[in-house]
Amino acid sequence: MPHDHHDHLSPSGHPYRPDQDGPLTYWQAMEIAIRELMVEKGIVTAAQVREQIDAMDARSPAQGAAFVARFWTDPAFRDLALRDGSNACAEMGFEVGPMRLIALENTSRLHNVVVCTLCSCYPRNLLGLPPDWYKSRAYRSRTVREPRKVLAEFGTILPEGVELRVHDSTADMRYIVVPRRPDGTDGWQPDRLAKLVTRDSMIGVAEALPATEAPA
Amino acid sequence: MTDGRRWHDMGGREAGRVVPEDHDYALWEKRVDALVILATTTGKMNVDGLRRVLEDMGEDAFETMSYYERWVASLNQNLLEAGVYTPSELGERIAAVQARGETYGDASNG
Repeated sequence: MPHDHHDHLSPSGHPYRPDQDGPLTYWQAMEIAIRELMVEKGIVTAAQVREQIDAMDARSPAQGAAFVARFWTDPAFRDLALRDGSNACAEMGFEVGPMRLIALENTSRLHNVVVCTLCSCYPRNLLGLPPDWYKSRAYRSRTVREPRKVLAEFGTILPEGVELRVHDSTADMRYIVVPRRPDGTDGWQPDRLAKLVTRDSMIGVAEALPATEAPA
Repeated sequence: MTDGRRWHDMGGREAGRVVPEDHDYALWEKRVDALVILATTTGKMNVDGLRRVLEDMGEDAFETMSYYERWVASLNQNLLEAGVYTPSELGERIAAVQARGETYGDASNG
């Protein structure tokens, strides 16, 4: 073990994560205290907390992207997803989650965007934790008031003739937007298509990436 | 507020530009999230309880506390109400945690 920077090494010999290096805040101390009390009272185990965080880290927009790519390429799956989004998650082998999932399909004449005006409801089982802006006052307030303007702030300019539908999440349901399949992707396999499906396109503030921007 | 709505019901209000910023969650924030989920699955609280306390905190808290600071405060209120621990047990433990060190890592007991 090196000795020159020992202040920054945990007992395991690894550097602390940056967030563990700052001065302890009151709320961080409260988290530690609550966690220890919950363990001591037999409500949870330390292992369960770790497993929960591992599961959280494993969820990412890649799962949503796989969902969308299959939706584009498998008509039977598309039917299922539109009829029963939760069941379609199960079909993919993804966590279903306690809320009803509703898939919203964008077309050449209809664009969907999702918000949670009351709090921060988000399809975590398919996209992971929400980005900060999704929880911001600006997004929550304005997406139902001037959605075209909000989309424009993300660089998404919708043509006049395209209908824009805003979906406000509730405590009991979650939405995922299925963006339009980009042109020039005929014959692409789902794995390749999924690379075009960004998190923002599944919230509805952006389109999927064009075929020419497919990451290597 | 004059239209009968509470502060958290902010859909349709005027607000500034959306700043498309994002950050990686800190370990303590992930732990708060995990504890809320586990407190829910073990029946000590539910999502309505989480939201009730968040909404009762009022608008000031929304401006002055971060998302997971509000969540840990709500988690605490729900667990106190459920009798999981007492206010004095919590207070003593927080003091003990704070005495362990000056950083989150040092105070975490591993």
